[in-house]
Amino acid sequence: MIELRDVYKRFGTQVILDGVNLTVNEGETLALLGPSGTGKSVLLKHIVGLIRPDRGQVIVDGKEVRKLNRHDLRDLRETIGYVFQNGALFDSQSVYENIRLGITDEAKYLDDDYCHERVARCLKMVNLSPETAAKYPAQLSGGMRKRVGISRAIAGTPKYLLYDEPTSGLDPVNSDIIDDLVKSLADGLGVTSIMVTHDVKGAFRTADRIALLTGGKIVQIGTPKEFMASTVPEVREFLERDFGNVTFAA
Amino acid sequence: MTAPSSTLDLRRPVGKFVLNGLAHVGRLSLMVGEMARTIGEWRIWLPRTFTEMWNIGVGSFPIVVLVSGFAGAVTALQTGYQFSGNIPYYVVGTLIVESIVLELGPVLTALVLAGRIGARYAAELGTMRVTEQIDALETLGRSPASHLVIPRVLAGAIMIPVLVVFANVVGVYAGWVSVQAVLPVTDADFTYGARVFWRPFDAYYSIIKAFAFANCITIISCYMGFNTQQGAEGVGKSTTGAVVSSCVMILLLDTLLAKLLLNQ
Repeated sequence: MIELRDVYKRFGTQVILDGVNLTVNEGETLALLGPSGTGKSVLLKHIVGLIRPDRGQVIVDGKEVRKLNRHDLRDLRETIGYVFQNGALFDSQSVYENIRLGITDEAKYLDDDYCHERVARCLKMVNLSPETAAKYPAQLSGGMRKRVGISRAIAGTPKYLLYDEPTSGLDPVNSDIIDDLVKSLADGLGVTSIMVTHDVKGAFRTADRIALLTGGKIVQIGTPKEFMASTVPEVREFLERDFGNVTFAA
Repeated sequence: MTAPSSTLDLRRPVGKFVLNGLAHVGRLSLMVGEMARTIGEWRIWLPRTFTEMWNIGVGSFPIVVLVSGFAGAVTALQTGYQFSGNIPYYVVGTLIVESIVLELGPVLTALVLAGRIGARYAAELGTMRVTEQIDALETLGRSPASHLVIPRVLAGAIMIPVLVVFANVVGVYAGWVSVQAVLPVTDADFTYGARVFWRPFDAYYSIIKAFAFANCITIISCYMGFNTQQGAEGVGKSTTGAVVSSCVMILLLDTLLAKLLLNQ
């Protein structure tokens, strides 16, 4: 379980997170919506310990991330797969090497036969051919880079998957492919997922629950149905942007 | 009436400068500490070190040979210009060999490599920082120090002294050939002059300087790249900062080492 309790973060004078409370239950997929610059990615980076909160607690599997020592933080990160917005693939390394880096068990990482088999399996899970392994990131399309990024994140068989804008910059067809992939990975691997996104329709397709982060706070969280029925002005504004000015039935 | 706000009040900028300086020292120490902590991960850094050694050694060899060759030739030609008949010709050999080995070989090579290697490392790591590749390594539970910093620093520490040895040899040879075009110096005069004031410590001193410069270039450029901020503009700033800081540190170290090792 992932839990954020009264998390506060500011950069300079700008308050990014202003007392965020959020709980993500085992096995569920949570979509985190919000306008640009509201701190969705910052929130995600708190979970994996890339950013430390100024105040409050980030608790993963019962452990407070800020208090973990170097070794324990490393162990925790091995249970979390993180999919970066632009893939964050290592340009100088092939797709094979990129995905191999995701194999967090050191003994398995050094076993070439295991790595080849595992990389091929991870590529297959994201609907990419084994031949992709020999390519370099510069030779891939935007959608393929995102899928390789997901492959790398799942290579270490994580317990949690964090997606940072997995469909940004993609055309609708590729966005749908990625959304389906998020859904199938959550169902197939049983992982707990948090997906930061702008894409409201994608969030409704993939998530068990949806949260809206705006003004540094979670203003609404609930199932897609509850979210649709929300009367919170920020939620209405967000929904009407994507679905038009319609009245949603509860 | 209160005095107008003091436009010459230097406390704020000086304080900011000092705090920034201390922050750099702190972050640099953390990076070096992280390198020390992950030095045991040799399976990770060893193969990458060989790749970097090849990049530094083979990639920099032509420019190092070119620069040291011209440095030797110019030293010889200027020596010829300033030479009067009252000084024995063999002194030319001494001048050229000592100038190249003690100063020009290591310093010019280091300055050239600060541009070539330092800029490259800062830009590479800076781009990796702004495109979240370094964050990605961390989220995969891997140490950026063992993957990115140790191979570069070790490769520099090994290959830059080797390049300096080549630079010294080429510089002395170019000086030897060039001086014969302007002065009637025989090979026997030149070799006698080269040997008469030669001490084996001169060669060690040259290598010690090269080693110190190598660490300075690689550590500073990796540090600058690692701490890049604000996208493409940040990468540009880091790259410039790495080259300028490395060059200044090379000159400072040059003076310091001369004082510590030659003037005891």
